[in-house]
Amino acid sequence: MTSKVPFYIAVATLVIIGLAMSIIRHQTYNVPWVPGETRQIWDIEARIEFTARGDAVRASLAAPNTQSGYTLINESASSPGYGVSYVDADAGRRIEWTIRQANGPQTIYYRSQFLVDPNANRDAAPPKQAIPPSNLSSLELAAGESLVALAHQRSANNQSFTRELIKAINDPESQNASLLLHAKNKTEALYALLSLAEVPSRVVGVIELEDGRRRQTVQQMVEVWTGEDWQLFSPTNTAGASEHPLLIWDQSNVSLLDLMGGSNSRVAFSMISRAISAVEATESKMEADGLLNFSIHSLPLEEQAMFKTIMMIPIGALIVVFLRILVGLKTSGTFMPVLIAVAFVQTQLITGIVGFLLIVGTGLIIRSYLSRLNLLLVARISAVIITVILIISVFTVVAFKIGLTEGLSITFFPMIILSWTIERMSILWEEEGGKEVMLQGGGSLITAVLVYLAMTNQYLQHLTFNFIGLQLIVLAGILVLGTYTGYRLTELRRFKPLVRD
Amino acid sequence: MLSALIDIAKIPSQLRSKGVLGMNQRNHAFIGRYNDRAKYPLVDDKLKTKIIAQKHGATTPEMIGVIRNQAEVKTIHNMVKNWPGFVIKPAQGSGGKGILVIVEHDQKSYKKPSGATTNAQEVERHISNVLSGLFSLGGKTDVAIVENLIRFDDCFDGFTYEGVPDIRIIVFKGYPIMAMMRCSTAASDGKANLHQGAVGVGLDIASGKAVRAVQFEQPLTHHPDTGVDLATLAVPEWRKLLELASSAWEMTGLGYMGTDMVLDKTKGPMVLELNARPGLSIQIANGSGLIPRLRQIERLEEPVRYPTPEQRVDYCMENFATAPKFNYL
Repeated sequence: MTSKVPFYIAVATLVIIGLAMSIIRHQTYNVPWVPGETRQIWDIEARIEFTARGDAVRASLAAPNTQSGYTLINESASSPGYGVSYVDADAGRRIEWTIRQANGPQTIYYRSQFLVDPNANRDAAPPKQAIPPSNLSSLELAAGESLVALAHQRSANNQSFTRELIKAINDPESQNASLLLHAKNKTEALYALLSLAEVPSRVVGVIELEDGRRRQTVQQMVEVWTGEDWQLFSPTNTAGASEHPLLIWDQSNVSLLDLMGGSNSRVAFSMISRAISAVEATESKMEADGLLNFSIHSLPLEEQAMFKTIMMIPIGALIVVFLRILVGLKTSGTFMPVLIAVAFVQTQLITGIVGFLLIVGTGLIIRSYLSRLNLLLVARISAVIITVILIISVFTVVAFKIGLTEGLSITFFPMIILSWTIERMSILWEEEGGKEVMLQGGGSLITAVLVYLAMTNQYLQHLTFNFIGLQLIVLAGILVLGTYTGYRLTELRRFKPLVRD
Repeated sequence: MLSALIDIAKIPSQLRSKGVLGMNQRNHAFIGRYNDRAKYPLVDDKLKTKIIAQKHGATTPEMIGVIRNQAEVKTIHNMVKNWPGFVIKPAQGSGGKGILVIVEHDQKSYKKPSGATTNAQEVERHISNVLSGLFSLGGKTDVAIVENLIRFDDCFDGFTYEGVPDIRIIVFKGYPIMAMMRCSTAASDGKANLHQGAVGVGLDIASGKAVRAVQFEQPLTHHPDTGVDLATLAVPEWRKLLELASSAWEMTGLGYMGTDMVLDKTKGPMVLELNARPGLSIQIANGSGLIPRLRQIERLEEPVRYPTPEQRVDYCMENFATAPKFNYL
């Protein structure tokens, strides 16, 4: 028997290094242990892609500023070879990149950090320009006037007036509204109606702040002058508060991106929410980016957002190891439940479970027909994959038509994994009967739900993303579990008859 | 409620005192330590097992042929022309999966042990499933082995329902330490897997006589389908069987394995397959744990000349005798 001492030394070393790394990070960077005592920072990255034609290039991007609820604490541009300047024009703040000659596909980044700050020092300047006449045709004008009159009657001030107008625009039965929406989108229609009623307003470009989102685009919304401040309204949202916080990116609405010397331009936003201590929040303005910063927090935001999920996977693995070695739960595919849990994070739990059962259930029925066709394995699995894709599309469309927007998220399921699950369960069904399928399917689902609960736990999320050292402790835990030679919980029941005699 | 919880909490220590081997300990302390991974292919591939078994002079079921690719699937009908009964099995199958037993045929309709018949197309489909790796570990492509049907010894009549009663012996470092017979039932659909409902009859290492019988992990005394008293089971040629099992150590070099054997009417004991990860149900069938016996073998001093299979069988028959534990109340 080999000595176990080196093994335990290695495990202890892992734990010590992990703890030390976490403590250092806690002390030097003021990262709190629990997510509660933090200030929230949004890192937002605009990624501009275009194809340069070989001449001089000038790209000008609208840049956000401190506004109600958010303080701009840091901004930077990353663009090799380009000259960068920040311009405060009449049309709002812009950032300009220039280069004498560029050819081929170009990617430039603009990154800004906003501190969530209820006391943001915002610019509440009253509207300067006169309200421009609305550009409605005579037919539209009549419809617009009737909408404005009705909304005016039902409201007390500019805010409630705007809310009434939004309700009217979103009323699918209103003929006046549909007439207006025939040629205009909802934002344009709302802006035209506000101009018609001589309420000061402006169209702004807004991004929705959702942690870990990638490839977001700017949405158009309307800001309305309430008499002392500007207030933001979404022309599609009648409920009032929006699901995610909103940040005004482009205050002027001249254009999001002006590009000379290039084509095929595209602007996409990625964002991530980070917890920093109050001290760090105030210092962060002054702190320049360290050159030798090797933590994952120095990566581009798109990759960081990805790591936020990746860093949770070891926790999922730990749970799977625990359930298999200590409990003895049977699952279909060792780490399939972790992947299903990752999908649950996107879909939410109930929708996820319903979706999973629907896909696998329907898949099993169709697979039972395929098994009669006498196909070869690879062809059969491919057929199952296509079936799964068809099932997902049908469910998505049906869910959308009957108004279940939750149903749309069903597409987040890993299709290849689901196909293998269906194939394996179907074979299991043929060989060992439905009971074993229920047992393994149930085991997988229970594991997936437990992993989901851990992955969405905000304390665990905070710890795994902010303290990389904890990964080593998880690793040490898995190593120790790997040497457990005692009975599994399910074996107690299995071997119970042996105790009796 | 509380007393029930205390009872449950006591189970681990009770199991430990009985020496019951758990899955984690089996993997960690025996399979991981005594089984060299490089030797797994020898037992995971039944074709290789057959070849080394024959090389060492052990009898195995006669081979009718091997079907290696899809193009050869249709040759099956011609291949079995002169064999009244045959068995098709995947070379790398696990847990008895994918074994098709045909007891009678006229090259068009094939009769299974249950009396049901299948047609030629179904048999071809089964072979192409085997080839595509449906039954093999990890879904690897496989070959199908066609073997002569085993005509099992008459002395087992009534102990099994529609299937071959096979004898599983756990061999540790060449010592046969525990044995059981697996009798198929109607519930197990002719298969010899305990978790599918086959009856496991623990066998006394010293005599080959039944010690205890279980189905679905519960003790029983009579075969559920045939009603035969299981306590009367006594395996003939027991010593020869033990020596055959024990010689598997010389064949494979695997320290902890399960040997599956049958008694053929004319050819006597035969090796069906070897298993590098034998299950733990044998403990339930015998009503005793494996650990005391495993530890006893582990403690044996290794002489310069390793004991021959005969010597090892002598040792085990002497040390691991067990009295029957049938309870007719």
